[in-house]
Amino acid sequence: MAIRIRRATGAPVILGGGAESAAKRSTAKPAPKSKSAAPESKAKPKPKSKSSAIAPAPGAKQAGVSKAQSKAELASKLAAAEKKSKRAAPTSRRAKRAAQPDLFAPEPAASKPKRGAKPATKSPRAQATKPVAEEPEPLTADFAPHDDGHAEAKGTAAAPRRRATAESMAGKQREISVSEFFMKNRHLLGFDSPVRALLTTVKEALDNSLDACEEAGILPTVRVELVELAEDRFRVIIEDNGPGIVKAQIPKVFGKLLYGSKFHRLRQSRGQQGIGISAAGMYGQLTTGKPIVITSKTGKGRPAHHFEIVIDATRNTPNVIKDDEVDWPRDHGTRVEIELQGIYKAGRRSVDEYVEQVRIANPHAEILYQPPKGRPLVHTPRATNDLPREPLEIKPHPYGVELGMLQRILQETEARSILAALQTEFSRVTPKVAEEILAKAVISPRAKPGALKPGEVERLHKAIPQVKIFAPPSASVVPIGEDLIRKGLEREIQAEFYTSATRPPAVYRGNPFQVEAGLAYGGDLRGRIGDDDLSPEKTAREADAQQGPITLLRLANRVPLQYQQSSCATFKGVIDTNWRGYGLVQPRGSLPQGPMVLLVHIASVWVPFTSESKESVAHYPEILKEISLALQECGRRLGSFLRRRDAERHDQRRRSIFEMYIGELVDSLDKLTKVDRPALQKDLLLLAHKHTGDGNEDVALVVGASKAVEKRDDELSKKEQEKAAGTKKPKRRKTASPQLELLNDGEEIA
Amino acid sequence: MTARKSTRSLKARGGDAAPKMADLAARVVKEIHAHRNPSLSIPVRTLANVTFDRKKSIIELGGQRQSRYLFNVGQARKFMQTFLVASACKELLDAGKTTSIRDLYYITKHTIGDTRQNTFEEQEESDPIIEDLEVTLDSLREEMNLFAANRGAMVGGLTLVDAGDTIDLRRLGSGGWSVPSIVEDNVIQFKKCDAEMILLVEKDAVWRRLNEDKFWRKHKAILLHGQGMASRGVRRLLSRMVRELKLPLYVLVDNDPWGFYIYSVVKQGSINLAYESVRMAVPEARFLGLSSFDAEKYALPGNVTIRLDETDEKRAKQMLAYPWFHRKEWQKELQHMMHRGVKLELEALSSKGISFISEEYLPGKLRDKQWLV
Repeated sequence: MAIRIRRATGAPVILGGGAESAAKRSTAKPAPKSKSAAPESKAKPKPKSKSSAIAPAPGAKQAGVSKAQSKAELASKLAAAEKKSKRAAPTSRRAKRAAQPDLFAPEPAASKPKRGAKPATKSPRAQATKPVAEEPEPLTADFAPHDDGHAEAKGTAAAPRRRATAESMAGKQREISVSEFFMKNRHLLGFDSPVRALLTTVKEALDNSLDACEEAGILPTVRVELVELAEDRFRVIIEDNGPGIVKAQIPKVFGKLLYGSKFHRLRQSRGQQGIGISAAGMYGQLTTGKPIVITSKTGKGRPAHHFEIVIDATRNTPNVIKDDEVDWPRDHGTRVEIELQGIYKAGRRSVDEYVEQVRIANPHAEILYQPPKGRPLVHTPRATNDLPREPLEIKPHPYGVELGMLQRILQETEARSILAALQTEFSRVTPKVAEEILAKAVISPRAKPGALKPGEVERLHKAIPQVKIFAPPSASVVPIGEDLIRKGLEREIQAEFYTSATRPPAVYRGNPFQVEAGLAYGGDLRGRIGDDDLSPEKTAREADAQQGPITLLRLANRVPLQYQQSSCATFKGVIDTNWRGYGLVQPRGSLPQGPMVLLVHIASVWVPFTSESKESVAHYPEILKEISLALQECGRRLGSFLRRRDAERHDQRRRSIFEMYIGELVDSLDKLTKVDRPALQKDLLLLAHKHTGDGNEDVALVVGASKAVEKRDDELSKKEQEKAAGTKKPKRRKTASPQLELLNDGEEIA
Repeated sequence: MTARKSTRSLKARGGDAAPKMADLAARVVKEIHAHRNPSLSIPVRTLANVTFDRKKSIIELGGQRQSRYLFNVGQARKFMQTFLVASACKELLDAGKTTSIRDLYYITKHTIGDTRQNTFEEQEESDPIIEDLEVTLDSLREEMNLFAANRGAMVGGLTLVDAGDTIDLRRLGSGGWSVPSIVEDNVIQFKKCDAEMILLVEKDAVWRRLNEDKFWRKHKAILLHGQGMASRGVRRLLSRMVRELKLPLYVLVDNDPWGFYIYSVVKQGSINLAYESVRMAVPEARFLGLSSFDAEKYALPGNVTIRLDETDEKRAKQMLAYPWFHRKEWQKELQHMMHRGVKLELEALSSKGISFISEEYLPGKLRDKQWLV
């Protein structure tokens, strides 16, 4: 397979300037295959197919086509073919070597069909006159039989009218700039609707700021501002305290797609491709005609550069409209302003929510968010002053490398021997490991890496998995950390319970990754629906389930994912976990229900997204397994919290049952005999307390519970005051279930 | 528990129900002030706590008691309810009024405080509380001025006074006199009696047949039915008539375990109401039929029988084990029924002629003294 590809692609390169004539010659060959020509040119097609070797199918096909061929003829053809292939061999080797650098260049491949098409369409007369037998060119051999087939089919049917010639078609063929491509396919980058466009712009700019700060070792302070210019027009302003960008780079970074620092290295970062911010700028330019405005300063005492950039979409280059030096109070940092068509909406998948999620994922970041429409500035202090550890840039691990990539690496390496190349280009390859691989692949350790034959590269690729190699260094992956996940959640969400779990690093396809999970339960998450009272008809669990499905917060390298939740590995991990065992209600095949935010973070040098829009993580079994384990760990802790809470609630409920009946009893006793009502009531309440928890071994628990209750009540009353609406009952009602069977009947307290 | 003297008048008894309630309440109040979990001691009303007094031939409540605490999640509600019912009854007694147990349910039912809960959700909740109170206080519900719906009817050679009205049971046409639930001697007094026996039949339909045929006139009888299981009123009335009028009581029921059990309850009391057996049981009651052997004896056609179903068989087996069915004749009756695997309704006798029961079956049985005790 590889060989065929190589030859086909290699050929045009060998031909070089002589491509024209070679093409002509080659075009002659296929023609004989048309029925009339077949008898005279028997020998010709055979050799071709032979020399292209390894693919006997075309030859066989032809044999079937030309009925006249006898066995003897076949034999002679085979002999001729052998000669030819021997002759052809050196050429092709040369060809290969020359061709290799271009292996992955799309041009040759693209041109193939064109060249192949020509022969089929050229006049059949030409072939008869050409001396065919000597043709050494193997290049189009692969395509010839195919074309034959087509020609034949067309020949038998009514010949369609030609609409255009290859030449006329060639006139329309030209390079497509990435910028143009993305202008037309903006949905690929998350600009498909005005609502999403606004979010994506914020996201890209924010990702860049945080990445830059962390790489430079600066505690990030980022200000995000949305200025509403019209209902569907906004200016997004992102300003950070990052290291700044040197003047020469500014236009390229913001005005050229696929320009960046992150694509060519294996290092954990938010951005990967170098498209995001310039795509946002281009989208803005496209919808509003306004340039992208950048101010950047790299240090104290240095000038701040102020740029206005327009992207030339056809050439994918920046046009600088304005280039000033300005005064800027910051020591260093970058400010990006993009004006774009967008719509601001609150709620799910809003910028507000996104910023909140970024805060959870980045407890070390200070993010000031100024929403539009006169809403107040959102600002919460850092949860920690420690920057995340700097992720180690690593070489690819052999287990994860694909054949094509292996070929490229071997071509590009500076190492002299394959033995050295394996060690320098890959992580965790020791001399011993390298030797083992080479032994398995039957390749000399001293072979030059660039000179390996395709077959050898393939053998090498197959040998790698057979050798035991250490997992890649986990220092390349930086998790948020159990503590900080909790702090992040605590900073943004007022809940009753928090927990988190960080798994040890693991590996999928040679890429190290690490999964973490965290959750917040109850508190403010509740109360959107219904009230947090001890409703007699419902158990606590049912009441909580009424809050609807939990909120799943998916993070990949600290970037919150917004769309395509249901196809994400994290989602699958969550629905495959049995949350019922941890005290939640969970409909079959769905998210569990309750007032809960569940966070799942996947950190990796290369997060396997299912698509370029980077919205959902692929279902690698290794990743799913880690997700499950992290979720289970959190789930267990949640379960024990919920059980404890139920016990507290049980106590409260018992007390409230007693308190409820006390009034009735006092009334009845009063009618039956002479009583001192207040004294009786007082003593009964005292007894009720004595019989529900206080004074037994559960003291700590009860104290904790009452604290929590007090806190909630405080908050409630605060809210009440704010609302100044006295209609709602301020306190939880003390009620109890009529279904006393629910409680352990006949159970004795005391 | 000590048996109460049935001879005591209702007035006297009613007179002590109210103070007993007050005592109970006072004791609980005292417990509360002493910071003890207030409790009630209630005699257990289950088979395990029922004894069969062979000598007296009645079922009596044993000495087992169970405590009901206020501060027990499973018992708090019932504790509250018991005192609620007691206080309602005391009001009734104080006002000198009577009411039905259904009425009492409505009197005591209300929503608790500002909750969504009621003191009682349905009458099934309040009825057992009344029984609890009866046994706890050792007072009958009638003594607490509570009555049940009228059930059963009576005709025959007897004149009585019911709440001051004189009623001649000989002249009541086809409907008869309906038996009230409170038949104590302050309400009902017996006057002129020319009957020589009492006949209790299980069913209204058979009672009608006998009434229509004027069976009671021919055989000088008082004829009652209890609409299935005899109600407390019917049982108490029977007991009084047997004792005060010195008449024999005959019982005619279906030939099935349920029929036998009706007879058994009339005779020696029920498990649930064992505490009032003394006042209601008629140990001398005679079982006239239908006997398991009647089908053969009267050559009843096979098609009038009904197969015993599973519950029938289970019940029959249970009854075989009851000490009050230990007599050989009864064992034979039950075993024969199970052996044949069928039951017989009283109406089956009609297959021999519409008045067969009144003209041949009953006279024959009485004449030949074919009864069981």
